[in-house]
Amino acid sequence: MELTTLSAAQLLDRLNKKQINSVDIATAYLKRIEKLDKNIKAFVHLDPEAVLKKAKKLKDSEQKLKGLPIAIKDNFCVKGQLTTCASNILAGFKPPYSATVIEKLENDGALIMGKVNMDEFAFGSSCETSCYGPTHNPWNLDCIPGGSSGGSAASVAARLAPWALGSDTGGSIRQPASLCGIVGLKPTYGLVSRYGLIAFASSLDQIGPFTQDITDAALLMNIISGYDAKDSTSVKLKTPDYLAGLTGDIKGLKIGIPKEYFIDGIEPEVRNRVEQAIQVFRQAGAIVEPISLPHTEYAVATYYIVAPSEASSNLARFDGVQYGLRVTDGEKIDDSALIDMYMKTRGKGFGPEAKRRILLGTYALSSGYYDAYYLKALKVRTKITDDFNQAFKKYDCIITPTSPTQAFKLGEKTNDPLAMYLSDIFTISANLSGIPAISIPCGFTKDNLPVGLQILGKAFDEQMLFKIGHAYQQLTDWHTHIPEGCK
Amino acid sequence: MSINKDTVKYVAKLARIQLDESKVDDFTGQLDKILTYIEKLNQLDTENIEPTSHVLAMENVFRKDENMPSLENDLALSNAPEKENNHFKVPKII
Repeated sequence: MELTTLSAAQLLDRLNKKQINSVDIATAYLKRIEKLDKNIKAFVHLDPEAVLKKAKKLKDSEQKLKGLPIAIKDNFCVKGQLTTCASNILAGFKPPYSATVIEKLENDGALIMGKVNMDEFAFGSSCETSCYGPTHNPWNLDCIPGGSSGGSAASVAARLAPWALGSDTGGSIRQPASLCGIVGLKPTYGLVSRYGLIAFASSLDQIGPFTQDITDAALLMNIISGYDAKDSTSVKLKTPDYLAGLTGDIKGLKIGIPKEYFIDGIEPEVRNRVEQAIQVFRQAGAIVEPISLPHTEYAVATYYIVAPSEASSNLARFDGVQYGLRVTDGEKIDDSALIDMYMKTRGKGFGPEAKRRILLGTYALSSGYYDAYYLKALKVRTKITDDFNQAFKKYDCIITPTSPTQAFKLGEKTNDPLAMYLSDIFTISANLSGIPAISIPCGFTKDNLPVGLQILGKAFDEQMLFKIGHAYQQLTDWHTHIPEGCK
Repeated sequence: MSINKDTVKYVAKLARIQLDESKVDDFTGQLDKILTYIEKLNQLDTENIEPTSHVLAMENVFRKDENMPSLENDLALSNAPEKENNHFKVPKII
C-alpha cells in the first residue's frame, strides 16, 4: 500500500499502532515531491535534508501527531525558515518567531514540511501573481489551481502532503480547494489565532485547513482552533471536539439554497453537479428549501473596497527598513533620501497586482473619497450580513457552488483584473459576514476537472458544516479521487 | 467618479510606490474599470444603516502593565537590510 494515498487520520492510525514511523512517511512524501512537483510546482521553500532530520527526531515521539507532515502556505511565519508571501519585497525574510498555529502544530508533534506557493500577499484567485511563477492544477497542468492558496490545494490534491494550512480573505481556501477537488474550510472569524500570519485584510483574514476529507478537517481544527492572547481578535470560547459530531445523521436538518447563487454566469456543468449533490442531501432526509440572499450581487464590489483599503494599510510596513528588500539611490544624501528609498523599494518589490490593490485602497481611503467608497462599502457589508442573519433564523446551513467555473487555463484572466475578481463571487460574502464556510468535492466536469460545493453555517457552528459534509462523504466517493498523473 | 492618470500618480505618491511611466496608462485603465464596477454600490439605499467595520463585537483588549519577555535585540535585527549599533539604519534624513 502506497503511504501517500492515505488520509491524515489513516496515517495517524498506523503511526499509533507503530506499523510505520515518521521517517517512512517523510521519505515517501519527499520521493513523491521529487517525482511530481517539478511539473506541479506547489512547494516554494523545501529542504529535504532538514525534513528528514526533523522526521528522525520525531521518530519515537509520543506527541499526538507523531511526526505527521504538513505543508504551510508561504504567508505563515515559521521561525528561521524562509517566509516571503511569494513576494520579492520579502526576499530572504526568516521570521524570528513562529505563528501560533505553527507552535500549536509543533507542540503536537507535526512536521512542518516546507512552504507552498500562493498569489503574492494572497492577492489573486489563480496563484499566478506569485514571484516564483504559478502552481499548476494536478488535474490538468494547463490549468490554474485556484488561489490564493494554490500551493496548499495542489499539494494535498497531488498527495505531496497529507494536509496543508492556508488563509482565506475572500475565498483563498475554498476556491482552490474546489478547483483541486479537496476539502477546504474557512473557519469563523476569531476562531483560529492569526498571530504570525502576515496580514492582508485584518477584518477578513482567517486561517484554515486543506484536507482530503471532513474527518481530517475536523482533526486539524481540533489542533489549531482556540483562544490566543497574542491575537486581539481571537475569541474566548471553549472549542468543541470537532470529531464528535460526525454521526452521518442529517435527517430533519434544514438547508437553504439561495437563488442568487445559481445565476446565468455559472457554468452549466458546475450548476448541474451541485444540484445533483443537493438531491443527495434530500435523499438523506434533510429538508431543502429555496431561499433568497438579496444583497449577494454587491459582495464583490463591497469586498474590493474593504479588502484593498485594509491591505494598503497593512502593507505600509514593507518599506525597506526592518526586513526584506531595500533599494536606494546611493547618490542622494539630502532629506529626500528616505522617501526615495521607500518609493524605489516598494516600486521594485511589489508585483503589479499588489500595486493595483495598494493603489485602489489608498484611493478609497484618501481625502474626499472615504465616505463615497469606504463608508458606503461598510454599510453594504451590514446589509450582506443581515441577509445571513435572517436566513439562519430558519435554516441550519446554506448550500451553494464554491466557484462559478471549473479551473480555468493559466493566463486566461491575467490581463483582466476585474474578471479575476469575479471568480470569488460566491465565496466573498462569508468573509464579509465572518461566518464559517467549507468547500467539499461534489463531482467532475466532462473535462475531468473537479467541482466543489460550499456549505455556509452560523458563526462558530463549524460542527454543523462537518456533520453535513461528513454525511455527504459517507454517501459519495468524490473525495477519494486522485488525479491521473498523480497515481 | 472615474480615475485619471494624474490621480493615479498622486495616489502612488501617497502610497510611496514608484510607478514606471509606461505602466501608468495600464493602471489607470484597470482601476477605472474596477471603480466603475464598484459604483454598483450606489444602487443601494444605505441611509440609516450602521457601518460594519468588524463582524464581532470588539472591545479594546488590554493586558496588565507588566514586564514581559520580548525579542532579543540581535534577533529583532536579524532581517535588517542595514544596521548599526543595535539599531536599524536608514538613509540620512537630516
